[in-house]
Amino acid sequence: MAQPRRMRLPVIGLLLALVLPLPARADRLPLPADAPPSFKAECGSCHLAFPPQLLTAPDWRRVMAGLDRHYGDNASLDEKTRREIEAFLVRHAATRSRLAGAGDPPRLTQTEWFRREHRKVPDALWRDARVSSAANCGACHGRAEAGSFRGRELALPELRKRKHD
Amino acid sequence: MKQVLLVLSLASGLAAAASPQELGAAYAAEAARQAPGFQPSARRGAEFYARRFAVSEKMPACSACHTESPLQPGRHAVTGKAIKPLAPRAEAARFSDPAKVEKWFRRNCTEVVGRACSAAEKADFILFASAAL
Ligand code: HEC
Ligand code: HEC
Ligand code: HEC
Repeated sequence: MAQPRRMRLPVIGLLLALVLPLPARADRLPLPADAPPSFKAECGSCHLAFPPQLLTAPDWRRVMAGLDRHYGDNASLDEKTRREIEAFLVRHAATRSRLAGAGDPPRLTQTEWFRREHRKVPDALWRDARVSSAANCGACHGRAEAGSFRGRELALPELRKRKHD
Repeated sequence: MKQVLLVLSLASGLAAAASPQELGAAYAAEAARQAPGFQPSARRGAEFYARRFAVSEKMPACSACHTESPLQPGRHAVTGKAIKPLAPRAEAARFSDPAKVEKWFRRNCTEVVGRACSAAEKADFILFASAAL
């Protein structure tokens, strides 16, 4: 009996590697197919329905536990919808520590991963009137709504120019 | 009868399709029960829409996100995200889903006004937004 159990480990490891979110280049973060309709309707009304892969499960639980005090806004939901969305977010949450959020509630724009991917963005641009907030993904990523974050789709001309300098 | 049903579905949070007129009438009926003789007014709705409550620094008025006209597309004052116009004339789906309308009145009134909006304020607001030319 001990033999087959040991054999199972590499298989599990392989499966994990396949489902682990965010490989080195993560320019495609499409909405997972099992997203409940409530996710886009509720979490996509004030900002982009953020990819669940960009925060860890404990972070999402904290976000979903305090929707009435939501980064200075009120995003409260009925309990059934709240639970449905939380389960979806946790199902697709990141597992790496580089994607652990900071702040209360935690922000996905303050993970080690996000800072690294955005290290070339000049400080002043985050405060530019066209952007207003790092959470305004669509201001820079022209196809963010479609889950696409490719460099060539950057919407602000100065960002595109940087790439070709 | 239809109005009573609508008020019931508002109270129980059930979604039922409605027109802006029906929804406005349901709020007006509720307001008239609290203050007999109540008549909704687009002018009061316009004043409410533009009024600076200044309870919240970033969201001082409804117009902070919905712009000075409900016919125009808005922009979320904090996140920068685009918001479709509030006027049914510009965005047909507005004021057609009672549960959605209640949810946003609850959130936006709490943030901007610092309290829940009354049925009278909601009736005025819907009349103003639907009458916008
Ligand atoms: C009523 C409007 C509203 C709704 C609805 C809403 N949010 Fe937010 N959310 C905000 C605001 C405002 C911020 C702060 C944005 C900023 O600081 O730029 C925010 C920020 C966030 C952030 C942090 C972004 C960052 O800066 O890293 C996360 C994560 C988030 N929201 C998740 C959700 C989820 C999940 C839902 C659905 C349950 C949701 N939001 C629904 C208004 C809303
Ligand atoms: C001020 C503009 C700006 C904002 C706002 C912004 N980004 Fe970016 N983002 C960039 C730039 C520039 C890059 C680097 C692109 C490159 O080097 O190809 C980048 C890279 C990325 C990448 C990596 C793409 C790749 O090629 O691997 C992802 C994913 C991403 N951003 C997601 C987001 C998300 C999600 C948000 C909102 C929470 C956001 N970004 C907000 C400018 C921005
Ligand atoms: C911080 C930005 C913000 C402010 C300020 C704001 N709203 Fe909104 N409002 C929104 C967003 C976001 C939506 C939902 C997005 C959508 O449906 O396009 C919305 C939707 C609504 C709806 C739903 C209409 C429908 O049928 O679809 C009503 C009603 C509403 N707002 C009323 C108000 C009132 C009344 C005020 C002032 C007391 C106000 N809003 C202030 C952002 C705001």
